[in-house]
Amino acid sequence: MDNSRSNSFLRSREGVLTVVALAVLLAAPLVAQAAGQTYFISLASRVAILALAGVGLNLALGSGGMISFGHAAFFGLGGYVAGAMVFHAQEGGQFLGLLAGTQQALLSWPLALAVAGIAALFIGVISLRTSGVYFIMITLAFAQMFYYLALSFPTYGGEDGMTLYERSTLGGLSVSGDLPFFFVCFGVLLLALLLCSRLTGSRFGAALMTARQNETRLATVGINPFPVKLTGFVISAMITALAGVLLVEQNGFASPSLLSWHRSGEIMIFVILGGVGRLIGPVLGAAVFILLETVIGGYTDRWQLVLGLVLLGIVLFARGGLVGLLAGRARHD
Amino acid sequence: MSAAFLLEQLLNGVQFGVMLFLMSAGLTLVFGVMGLINLAHGSLYMVGAFVCAWVSGATGSFWLGLPAGLAAAAAAGAAVEILVMRRLYDRDHLDQVLATFSLILIFSEGTRWIFGNQPLYLNIPPLLSGVIPLPGDGGYPLYRVAIIAVGIVVAIGLYLLISRTRLGMQIRAGEADREMIGALGVDIKTLYTVVFALGAMLAGAAGALVGALQSVQVGMGESVLILAFVVIVIGGIGSIKGALVAALLVGLVDTLGRAFLPRLLTLVMPASDAGTTGSALASMAIYLVMAAILAWRPKGLFPAHG
Amino acid sequence: MTDLLVLNGLQKHFGALRATDDVSLSVRPGTLHALIGPNGAGKSTLIGQIAGTITPDRGSITFRGEDVTPLTLPQRARKGLGRTFQISSLIPEFSALRNVMLAVQARQGSSFRFWGRVMADRSLTGPAMACLERVGLADRARVPVSDLSHGERRQLELAVALALEPVLLLLDEPMAGLGPEESRKMTDLLHTLKRETAMLLVEHDMDAVFSLADEVSVLVYGRVIANGPVAEIRTSAAVREAYLGEDA
Repeated sequence: MDNSRSNSFLRSREGVLTVVALAVLLAAPLVAQAAGQTYFISLASRVAILALAGVGLNLALGSGGMISFGHAAFFGLGGYVAGAMVFHAQEGGQFLGLLAGTQQALLSWPLALAVAGIAALFIGVISLRTSGVYFIMITLAFAQMFYYLALSFPTYGGEDGMTLYERSTLGGLSVSGDLPFFFVCFGVLLLALLLCSRLTGSRFGAALMTARQNETRLATVGINPFPVKLTGFVISAMITALAGVLLVEQNGFASPSLLSWHRSGEIMIFVILGGVGRLIGPVLGAAVFILLETVIGGYTDRWQLVLGLVLLGIVLFARGGLVGLLAGRARHD
Repeated sequence: MSAAFLLEQLLNGVQFGVMLFLMSAGLTLVFGVMGLINLAHGSLYMVGAFVCAWVSGATGSFWLGLPAGLAAAAAAGAAVEILVMRRLYDRDHLDQVLATFSLILIFSEGTRWIFGNQPLYLNIPPLLSGVIPLPGDGGYPLYRVAIIAVGIVVAIGLYLLISRTRLGMQIRAGEADREMIGALGVDIKTLYTVVFALGAMLAGAAGALVGALQSVQVGMGESVLILAFVVIVIGGIGSIKGALVAALLVGLVDTLGRAFLPRLLTLVMPASDAGTTGSALASMAIYLVMAAILAWRPKGLFPAHG
Repeated sequence: MTDLLVLNGLQKHFGALRATDDVSLSVRPGTLHALIGPNGAGKSTLIGQIAGTITPDRGSITFRGEDVTPLTLPQRARKGLGRTFQISSLIPEFSALRNVMLAVQARQGSSFRFWGRVMADRSLTGPAMACLERVGLADRARVPVSDLSHGERRQLELAVALALEPVLLLLDEPMAGLGPEESRKMTDLLHTLKRETAMLLVEHDMDAVFSLADEVSVLVYGRVIANGPVAEIRTSAAVREAYLGEDA
């Protein structure tokens, strides 16, 4: 039964779209490498990283109905913690006066995820008391607090941010080359997609999706919605934090802009543009957004105007985002 | 630290709060009546500021620029409502977020196209350029006092509009029940356009008035938009009274925090760092207040709907 | 035998409105207890307080000998209080089967499993299918709720509640909006089910009430004005005047 389920997803239009989208994302940098256009390799990494951030948010927003306008907090926190470990490895000193720096990603990345997870637990416990627009705004408020905290933290460069001169190494592997680093980003994205696919099909996923559609129903069958939503929120935050880690590693730079509300908005745009609650939605959303930005930006300085008109057209005329447009309505068992 | 300095900072806080109130009143009305999240409200503020500054510059008269700014913001609001928002009322909040985010991009780039990349500057009109003496040896700019006065007038006007007029009755009915308002025989489409344009005009007024205190540039609406959202959420969405109280609260916390936190911090850190850290912490304070209030009252201070 | 459910002096005010005014009643095990009354009598408010969605101002609710007044909705559900809703509260995106599976999963007390696919889990699909069969919906298992007819949704509500294996089932107007034929089918269904579980039934359809109920309580303006076996209530002059008289 399990196999027939997976196969039926792969045979559906949405399944085909998922496979094609990922294949294109994987092929693009290989073609770029062959053509000598290495700029496109880092562009593909950027798409994979920001898609990952969207995949994280999509779990909270699409599956759990938690419209977080503060996921930049986790994105930035992940990035800052991973960045700080590299920073201390280069400059000496200790993270929060406790931990010496390291350039070993197998240590610093899990640490970053743990810190973001704890922050999400704390933010979630308070924020999930509210609902609707109040939830949107209280998550924004927490993200803004982290933003101003980063601004006021002189150790890590305050407003100017901190520059890192080398990427972390992954076990014994160097990922300083553009292509190896892309493979890491792509691999992480695939794992996150697999995780989300299994999560939404699991018992936990059933409870989480019910919490979005009808909390009273969930409580009536005897499941307390709060821990379900809180768990979903924390997992979602940690996935987005991992994207923040990768972006800081890619750019060798961490600054408060990682935490700005624009970032939260941008991640949310990826999800809505791609199709809320659809597995591949954030990947399509991030890819199309970044490509539009790059392509239109190549033709005209007024790219924001064109981008705005295109996005407006999509939201007015393509309900359900890009996945809705290409693969129709979501199907559930 | 003198009493005059404290008084001056208090007045600054009230003036900032009044400006936030002008922004938030429209936002909270639009949300309360139409259930619409409008991220582009900051763009209407920007339109008011640009048109006021440009017309004032071209004609040499602030008193021509101000009504032009208000009219432009109201017209832009009405156009946005008719062309875009109308299609979004029955959509969920997420579609509204994406659509109004697109509008921000369009407005920002459009403004840059029309007015150029350079910021505009607006002079305080001679009539209001004086200083009001404060107790002690200080003085306070007459223009800022005028902004406070405008805020008081608008607050009273909105109160009268909503509690005493036919339009206000329709707005209240619309907040309570969208179907009921149809049953009352009210033309909902027109009502929505009017409410949206009214909110836009208030935002435009805030932008136009602030234009004389800071440079008028693209992006000016965004930080103030976030603060306006903070205000309406603290106040309770849909509540004009809540917006007024919360706007003053946020204005005072932000201004007093900026004025006094850096001084306090010099006690524990070098003066060079205290300045930036202090102002960052002051900005953080608003959000701390908001999170605390929502944790205590999850629907804001004055919940409009039960 | 001790009573299954005992309400003692329950009160709930909404402003000046006394939605529940000093209500005391008890439901015996193995019986179907009907709660009737005109519109606005406070029946749904009472059901809400028993289930745990509404907090009473005063009074207590004892279920299986235990005071459940301070317990939350999910806690009471786990104690064996099942309910159906007057307005359907199924999950529209899910199929009929998955709606029931959620209740089976809750019954098993294991919602924090993150990996295994529910659709491949026979310990979920098996009992869920059995519940669908009991209400006659087995052939509609894979149909999304949004494509089910109104009558089918009513049946599904019941299947979801049954999957919880409740000790007492609170039924809030299960016949609402059903045609005569569907109502008759629902009545037959409840007849079968009442052998297995006790029920508290709120219903307007008097034919259904009098054919199903063992005992009846009559609620008017938040107060219980009569309480007793069906035959007694049917013939009570006070009840006829206060309530049935409207229709007669």
